[in-house]
Amino acid sequence: MPTDPAEAGAAQLHVELRGVGKSFGGVPVLADIDVVIEPGRVHALVGENGAGKSTLSKIIAGVHPADRGTLLVDGDEVSFGSPREALDRGIATIAQELAVVPALTVAENVFLGREPRTAGFVDRRALKRAYLELAERTGFDLPADAPVGSLRTADQQKVEILRALARGSSFIIMDEPTAALAGEDVRRLHGIVRQLAASGHTVLLISHFLAEVLELADTVTILRDGRLIRTSPASAESETSLIEGMLGRSLGAIFPDKSDAPGADAPEVLTVTDLVAPGVHGVSLSVRAGEIVGLAGLVGAGRSEIAHAVFGATVRAQGDVAVAGVPASDSIPGSLRSGMFLIPESRKDQGLVLGRPIRQNVTLSDLADVAAAGWVMTGRERTTARRMLERVRVGGDDRRNVATLSGGNQQKVLFARALQRQRKVLLADEPTRGVDVGSRRAIYDLIAEQARQGVGVLVISSDVEEVLGLAHRILVIRGGRVVAELAGDDMTEANILTAAFAEPITSETP
Amino acid sequence: MTDDTPLRTPDGTATPTLLRRIPWRSVAIVVPFLAVFIALSIGSPAFLSFQNIGNVLDRQSGILIIAAASTLVLIAGGIDLSVGATYMFTSVVCGTIIIRVGGAEGVALGIVLGILAGLAVGVVNGVISTYLKINPLIATLAMSFIILGLTKLVSQAGKEGVGQIRVDFEEFTWLAKTKPLGVSLPTWIALIVVIVLGIVLWRSTFGRYVYAAGGNAEAARLAGIRVNLVRIATFALAGTAAGIAGVIDLARVPSVPESDAIATTLTFTVLAGMVVGGTSILGGEGAVWRTVLGILFIAMLYNGFTLLRVDPLFQGIALGVIILLAVGFDAWSRYRKR
Repeated sequence: MPTDPAEAGAAQLHVELRGVGKSFGGVPVLADIDVVIEPGRVHALVGENGAGKSTLSKIIAGVHPADRGTLLVDGDEVSFGSPREALDRGIATIAQELAVVPALTVAENVFLGREPRTAGFVDRRALKRAYLELAERTGFDLPADAPVGSLRTADQQKVEILRALARGSSFIIMDEPTAALAGEDVRRLHGIVRQLAASGHTVLLISHFLAEVLELADTVTILRDGRLIRTSPASAESETSLIEGMLGRSLGAIFPDKSDAPGADAPEVLTVTDLVAPGVHGVSLSVRAGEIVGLAGLVGAGRSEIAHAVFGATVRAQGDVAVAGVPASDSIPGSLRSGMFLIPESRKDQGLVLGRPIRQNVTLSDLADVAAAGWVMTGRERTTARRMLERVRVGGDDRRNVATLSGGNQQKVLFARALQRQRKVLLADEPTRGVDVGSRRAIYDLIAEQARQGVGVLVISSDVEEVLGLAHRILVIRGGRVVAELAGDDMTEANILTAAFAEPITSETP
Repeated sequence: MTDDTPLRTPDGTATPTLLRRIPWRSVAIVVPFLAVFIALSIGSPAFLSFQNIGNVLDRQSGILIIAAASTLVLIAGGIDLSVGATYMFTSVVCGTIIIRVGGAEGVALGIVLGILAGLAVGVVNGVISTYLKINPLIATLAMSFIILGLTKLVSQAGKEGVGQIRVDFEEFTWLAKTKPLGVSLPTWIALIVVIVLGIVLWRSTFGRYVYAAGGNAEAARLAGIRVNLVRIATFALAGTAAGIAGVIDLARVPSVPESDAIATTLTFTVLAGMVVGGTSILGGEGAVWRTVLGILFIAMLYNGFTLLRVDPLFQGIALGVIILLAVGFDAWSRYRKR
């Protein structure tokens, strides 16, 4: 059936959960949840990984039925048998993994499977007319004829949202919508969420980013270990209060106490001179033993490129890299031998071999240490892997596929890999991206501990607070160059952002 | 501060029902293999005889050797479509040298150079599909045409007049005719190759690197693994295996039929065996023992068709259906895993 304009302007939904509980295989994941989701609001769900946020949203979306309690939509008790039934009732989920067809146009994607037809053929004019009508009514405009593959990720998400709206959904569940986005796209998506709320739609937002939650949401529900902690207006919460609610204890600060910055007598463990490589245009920097240096800057500023060039993962056109005074070869195995280790930006694409056991992912980089004459000594591998996993606090059977771990624990597996040998330089690229609050603290502790042991750490992060909270010294990168070096009292968010966006502020830059 | 954080293993979303607990992917090939084996044992009295099984294994020895090594190529993220051509090429090289040099030295030289020819082809395959960045599917497809051309070129030197290269000398055919402990030497060689490659893949650091290279090449590279070298090594192993198989089968026949169709069929049967065994065509997963069962499953099916006097034209159809079922099952079990 083609779209029916009347259907698209569905009424606002009042969704309520009363005493909802859910168990998987006898393990309770949700118990006694009472939440009212007011129509036309942005309602955020926060909690650590495993707190039950996704399960709760899936009950509302019809993916899982509730074991106990009732789900009320506009006062009627409902029990959705499938996501399809929830969708028919006006409840749609925008998943993290986008389901758009890149080669088709925006309008075709929005009406995918429901195209207006004449005699079996898609009526392109009617399709475009229906799309323009929808765009005008909802205020979401995207060029109707642009292929979706050519759009930025945030706009592709917009296409999915438009598709939900075209089906008459008025209740939109967004699970970690900004986890895969960076910079400008995050701002765009925030705009989309505000626009949805302004046009009377309800948004159920699941997010790890507390600043985002506080900025966008009207109401926040905190879950911990499958239980409801509280639902309160976002204006009454702060990052600290949310974290305390999620963890059930005060975190003190998210960041561990900074050790004193190493003195001028501490040896330089990493010295980079005039490095030129793809995306890197003449970078000189140094890291002392025991020092944590933050690389701040916008996405695309060339921070990861610097790390990769230092590590020998890309070809160096020019410049020298020395580890503890010894020139490092420009190959990855050579860099590892000289004592460098890189924890890459994307654990899924660059870090872990998903599909292989946790244990084998831990020992991958230094397999020779647990092998003799080219044969893996499984006993030695087991004890080594377990010792490392204990240090990073990842529990359970390490013969499981690494893909079964949560994002935070996956990141810890990469740290376990780093810990297998005493390194001299640790390059950590976005070490806490997509990681829940509890694991984040654990990762910060690991980084601080490495520094205390005399490792020079270079932390790359888009999270300004993270850089400020961890680093002894901050280098701001723009256009593949170091544009500012900040230390001591100069390390402020304002200074970092000023340098990242505009003119250099310290005297030592050109 | 974090010491009291509870260690939370996955987010409790797995439903441990019995159906889900069975590692479907691992048992995939075992169940149909046993089923067909038992069915044939009952259905045809000739099947479960030492002679019949021995014959099947003897005839499959070459293909088993090639398939075992090709499995490593596939797991490392490559694919080798030139194994059939290489097999034929090494046969011709070996036969030509035996004829030209003659005598026991000729036989020894023929065997060694035949296998080395396979190694050389494998290394070339590896280098062009890694350092030269040509997709291995295309690279080895192109190579197989080149090799088949070279085969004809070399065979000119080995042929006396028209016809085929014939090497019916006792010193050479001995290789296929000896039967230590009642089992043919080719079967023994295949057994050794399969076990060695299986253990290498399972327990050696190289085997680990093979899985990592195919599972996530970029992660493997950043972890310090020389992915290109690992992949070249797998291609070299496949080429060498084709060389060994080419020599063994030449000793059995003992002439080279020199037909492109035989080369192509061999390549496809190797691929079919790997896929039916459950090694992922996308790399990163699989095992040598799976391929062995896959190849033997196909061989057993053909053997059964012959014993039961089924029209051979159904063999191809049955094999095609089985490949589709295997791949469909693979997709289904991946879907379940999520």
